[in-house]
Amino acid sequence: MKTEEYAVAVLGAGAAGLAAAAETSSAGLSTLVIDREKRPGGILLQCIHNGFGLRCFNEELTGPEYAERAARKAEESGAVFALGCSATSLRIREDGTFELLLLSGADGVRKIHARAIFLATGCRERTRASLAIPGTRPAGVFTAGAAQKLLNREGMLPGRSAVIVGSGDIGLIMARRLRWSGIEVKAVIELLPHPSGLPRNVAQCLDDFAIPLYLEHAVVRICGKDRVEGVDAAPLENGVPNPEKRFHIECDTVLFSVGLIPENELASSAGVVLNPATGGAMVDANYETTVPGIFSAGNVLHVHDLVDFVSEEAARAARNIPARLAGTEPGTRIRARAGANLKYVVPSWYFPGRKTLFSFRPLIVAENGWLRAEINGTTVWRKRMPFVRPAEMITAEVEAEQLSGEGEVVFHLQEGETE
Amino acid sequence: MKREILCIVCPRGCRMTVERVEGTGKKWRVAGNRCPRGAAHAEQEMTDPRRTVTAVVRTDSPDLPYLPVRTDAPFPRAGIPALLNRLSTMTVRTPVHCGDTLLENIDNTGIRVIVTASCP
Repeated sequence: MKTEEYAVAVLGAGAAGLAAAAETSSAGLSTLVIDREKRPGGILLQCIHNGFGLRCFNEELTGPEYAERAARKAEESGAVFALGCSATSLRIREDGTFELLLLSGADGVRKIHARAIFLATGCRERTRASLAIPGTRPAGVFTAGAAQKLLNREGMLPGRSAVIVGSGDIGLIMARRLRWSGIEVKAVIELLPHPSGLPRNVAQCLDDFAIPLYLEHAVVRICGKDRVEGVDAAPLENGVPNPEKRFHIECDTVLFSVGLIPENELASSAGVVLNPATGGAMVDANYETTVPGIFSAGNVLHVHDLVDFVSEEAARAARNIPARLAGTEPGTRIRARAGANLKYVVPSWYFPGRKTLFSFRPLIVAENGWLRAEINGTTVWRKRMPFVRPAEMITAEVEAEQLSGEGEVVFHLQEGETE
Repeated sequence: MKREILCIVCPRGCRMTVERVEGTGKKWRVAGNRCPRGAAHAEQEMTDPRRTVTAVVRTDSPDLPYLPVRTDAPFPRAGIPALLNRLSTMTVRTPVHCGDTLLENIDNTGIRVIVTASCP
C-alpha cells in the first residue's frame, strides 16, 4: 500500500474541518480533509433551514449554502479532499507524527502520514437509550437529526403524527419541518423549566403552529407494539415525574432532541485527554490537545449554538498549526477552570501574557450578570453580561496583561446588579 | 391593543411589545427591541407576517435525489401551505447551481424560490 504524505490531516469536512483546512492550506501546508460523506458540509447538508452565516458571510443562508461556500473556500485554498472515506485508526508514530488508516468503497484502504491532526468530527446525538425511557421497542422512535436526514436528504416521511422529546434547536427546527411536510406535531416535552433552544426557534417553529410546549414534563413511557401508538407524559414535581398526573398523547412517531455527544473515539484511542464537562478534548489556548500535534475545534471540542462560531473557532485554532510544525514550542501553560454557574471553560489552559478568547456555557438564566476571572483569589478581569442563558454560549476576550501567569485562572458567573 | 412578539431576526431573540399609536404620523410603538431590524420585524408581524420558506424538491439525479430550496425573501405566511404543496409535486432537472431560480414571482409577490445546493 502506498503511503500518502500530508502536513495536516483534517478529520471531518463539516464547518470546522473546512474552515481549518482553508487556513492551513492557505498557509502553505499540504492539507487532506477526510469525511465519510460524499459531499463536504457535514451536518449543514441536512440543515436546509435558514439562519446561518450572518457573522461569517454577512447574509442569512441555509445550511447547504453555507456548506457550499465553506467548501469552495477550502478547495480554492488548495486543500485535498478524501470523501466517502472513514478514518478507522489514528496512531502516533515513533517520531511523533501520525498515521491514519482510511477505508472507502472506491479505494479500499489508504494509509496517510501527517505531521498534524485536526479533529473536526462534530457530534452524534444522545438517544432514547441514554435517557432510559421505559416502554416497548416499537418502530417510529428517531433522534431528531436522523429524522431530519430522512426528510431532507432522502425524501422520506418518518411518520404521520409526532411527539418531540427535548426542546433543543434541532427538535424545534424539526417541529416546523414536520408541520411543513404535512405531519402533525402533538407536543414538545422538555424536562427543564425553560426551552433548551434559542427563543427565536420557539417563536417561529412552535408558536407559529400553536404546537404545545410542556416545560418541566417528562415522557415516562413509550407505548405501541410494532409501531409507536403514543407516549405517556407527566409533570415533574420536586424533580421527579408525578405518576398520578400522567397523561397519554397519541402519536406514531417520537423524536429525541436531547443533546449532542462529541465524537471523540478516534481521539481517545490516540491518548487525547477529554474534559468530562464538555465531552471534548482538553486543549490549550492554541487549541492543541494533550497529544502534541493533535488540534481540535468546533462541535467535537464543545457544542456550539451557531455554525459561524464553529467556523471562527476552527480557523483560529488552525492558525496555530504552521508555527507549531515549524518547531515553535508553546511554552508554559496554566490551567483555566470554570467556577460558579459555568458548565465549562474552553480552553483548559492559557499561556501567560497572551490575550486569550475563552468560551463558556452558562448554567443559569441571568440578567445583568457579571463574568469574573480570578487568579489566586484576586479578581483580575470582569465583564458585564446583559443577558445570559444556557441556550447561548458566551465568549470573552481577556487581555494579555490580565493573564499574568501567577496561578490558575478561575471564571465565575454572578447574577444581579452588584459586583 | 398590545401584542408580545418574540423577535426571530437574530439569535438574541428579543422580547418585544408592539402597539398601535393613534393620531400620530407613526403607526406602531415597539419596545424591547435592541436594534432597528427588530422594530421593522414587529411592524411587519402586525401588518403582513412573513417567513422564509425552506423545503426539498425531487430531482432526476441519483447523486442528489432531493434538492434543498428556499424563498429568496420572507414569504406571506398565508400563502406558505400552497407554496409547499406546489414544491412537493415538482421534479427538478439537473444540472442546477446554488442560487438558480426555480419559481419566479410566486403569487405576484416578486418573491422567487431559489436552489440552495449545486448538483452537476
